[in-house]
Amino acid sequence: MTHAEHTHSGHHEMPFWRKYIFSIDHKVIGLQYGITATFFLLFGFFLMILMRWQLAYPGVEIPFIGKALTETGALTPDLYNALGAMHGTIMIFLGVVPMAVGAFGNYLVPLQVGAQDMAFPKLNMMSYWVYFVGGVVMMSSFLMPGGAAASGWTSYPPLSVTANNAQTVWLLAMVFLITSSLLGSINTIVTAVQLRAKGLSFMRWPVHVWAQVATAFLLLLAFPPLEGAAVLQLVDRVFGSSFFLPSGLYIDGAKASVAGGGNPLLWQHLFWFLAHPEVYVLILPAVGVISEIISTNSRKPIYGYKTMVYSILFLGFMSFVVWAHHMFMTGMGVTLSSFFQATTMIISIPSVIILTTLLLTLWGASIRFTVPMLFALAFLPMFAIGGLTGLPLGLTASDIHLHDTYYVIGHFHYVVAPGTLFALMGGVYFWYPKITGRQMNQFLGKLHFWLSFVAINFVFMPMFLMGSKGVSRRLYDQTGYSHGAATQSWNVIMSTAAFVLLLAQIPFLYNMFTSWKWGKKVENDNPWEATTLEWAASSPPPHENFPTPVEVYREPYSYSPTSRKVRPQFSQQEA
Amino acid sequence: MSVQIPYIDEPHPVTGVTNAKLGVWLFLASEVMLFGALFSALITLRLGVNDWPHGYDILNVPLATLNTVVLIFSSVTVVMAWASLKMQNLSRFRTYMVLTILCSFIFLAVKAVEYGHKFEHGISPATSNFYAIYFVITGLHGLHIIGGIIVNAYLLGPGSRMWKTQPERFTGRIECAGLYWHFVDLVWIFLFPILYLL
Repeated sequence: MTHAEHTHSGHHEMPFWRKYIFSIDHKVIGLQYGITATFFLLFGFFLMILMRWQLAYPGVEIPFIGKALTETGALTPDLYNALGAMHGTIMIFLGVVPMAVGAFGNYLVPLQVGAQDMAFPKLNMMSYWVYFVGGVVMMSSFLMPGGAAASGWTSYPPLSVTANNAQTVWLLAMVFLITSSLLGSINTIVTAVQLRAKGLSFMRWPVHVWAQVATAFLLLLAFPPLEGAAVLQLVDRVFGSSFFLPSGLYIDGAKASVAGGGNPLLWQHLFWFLAHPEVYVLILPAVGVISEIISTNSRKPIYGYKTMVYSILFLGFMSFVVWAHHMFMTGMGVTLSSFFQATTMIISIPSVIILTTLLLTLWGASIRFTVPMLFALAFLPMFAIGGLTGLPLGLTASDIHLHDTYYVIGHFHYVVAPGTLFALMGGVYFWYPKITGRQMNQFLGKLHFWLSFVAINFVFMPMFLMGSKGVSRRLYDQTGYSHGAATQSWNVIMSTAAFVLLLAQIPFLYNMFTSWKWGKKVENDNPWEATTLEWAASSPPPHENFPTPVEVYREPYSYSPTSRKVRPQFSQQEA
Repeated sequence: MSVQIPYIDEPHPVTGVTNAKLGVWLFLASEVMLFGALFSALITLRLGVNDWPHGYDILNVPLATLNTVVLIFSSVTVVMAWASLKMQNLSRFRTYMVLTILCSFIFLAVKAVEYGHKFEHGISPATSNFYAIYFVITGLHGLHIIGGIIVNAYLLGPGSRMWKTQPERFTGRIECAGLYWHFVDLVWIFLFPILYLL
């Protein structure tokens, strides 16, 4: 407490809007990202609940709100398409990435390298507000005549080029979101590299910092091609060019009046050149968060820290040369397919190494089953299921059967939902005491964990079976097909589980908001007895984080499973 | 105590650069990917059809050559502006910066004449994919020129007040602006032969 009083007295009071709205403090900006992203995650989830109702009970009126959405009260096929496209877009670009990179990266990277703020505080504020504007523009597309963009989050042409005007709004919003990511990633890299505390050599970075830096490089180098592609599609839509429209294109039985000569596959190449690294943008920060939680709660150093770091870097590099494994079925040719099949098999190696190092960290450990640790332990098998089910998709032969089925949906949701989102939830429980000076309620935390863990598996596990039976991922009503009708009863189970999953988030949100004021106060600044630099700051940290500069004396994670002795990076004692 | 960010005007002992310079290099890396994607798109489109026109048949090569010379000249003047600051000569810095900005406006004027000719003949991005990619790449490059003008004009005008209080930091800013300007120049050096000469 003396810490807080001391730093408070040294501050001149800033007006509310400077301190909390247009703040240049990385911690406030991190929380702004976190709160905004939480809103978008819930909104995207809600869209999916509507869709899951339609899938479970095709054509039946949605209870309570159905009449407000459509005349009959049931989703129309067009609305279903729009909700699907917006669910993907919102979850990825407005939810998970801003949460993983914007919130966790912003809040933790400067603290973990012992810096007082980001290298460019004003740029940091700008990146949040550009993201916010992008989010508002994206939301506004729901108000467009004809509804929101409905060409999928991938926006494949020619469909997207000939779609209604909401697609133009989608493209403009993407330009904002890409610009925001660009500014943020430059800031993260410069901060982590230039503002390191004395003694913090690169190989003393916590894994989370490595993961965030690798992620920032992916965002920096993979997003611009999508920006270029978005500009090309915008020109196609607004000025009538034909970058993505082939010659002899027929729409609704009539020959389209376009110059032609374009290449629809060009969009897919440019899009997936971003969107495959994007997968690793989603997973790497989660790996970073999980490493911190597992090491701290198992009282052991990460098994093979350097192996872990090199795997993260190799994974980042390889993620740039696997993009066309999303395009095996487009007829791009056997030569290209073989190449991308090979690189896809190679990229699974570092992923498995990362998982193995985390698993081996648990070997001979003295595990503390705290709420964050529960999420971290669940992350390991969930991420493993998500990763291993990707292999049959990466092999061209088995992909023929599985492509565009529910199997694919199950695969990547296992990586992102019980993978990344569980990691980030664990991260919230883990760093909450640092952010607020209070613990979240452990009982509500466990309730949240167990309900979510069971429900989420009932949502996604049946998708593998359904996909193996050949049910397409884009059907509005699968009962029209015999193989779809045969598995329709599973849809009811999945939809019920999805609804339970939504309810399971209530204790989490309640816990998050009430603990801010009424949670149990932490006794010191390092309640988990952790080793990295953020635990040297007071809780919550003052604006300048460290009133006196911190110095680093050793590698992170100097834990001992057999004794309670900890040697934090910032403590000089060799004890 | 207020927030102190180190390495704003002195280079980091390990990386050898200031924060801003590292930031600009990273930004330029992303710009390489942006224009790289567009050039790749051009190559893909060109290889996909049999009747791709030659730039020298339908574009104005002499005007573009003039623009190439103007941009290369402006790259020299922006270096001279930075060198003048290194030699503590603010007035010579101003002269070279004015020349740089002047070159940028000449470039834009010539470009406007070229665009004007095309529009007069009813040529737009909808005419053919050659013109579409031509307008997109040169248009995006033009936007980068305008961005450069804004930055350089700021550093010549209100931004130059920093010289009195933090000369090192101001010189660093000119260097960063110069790096960006060289990049814009370099894009044109690639763009000119690929669009006009091949």
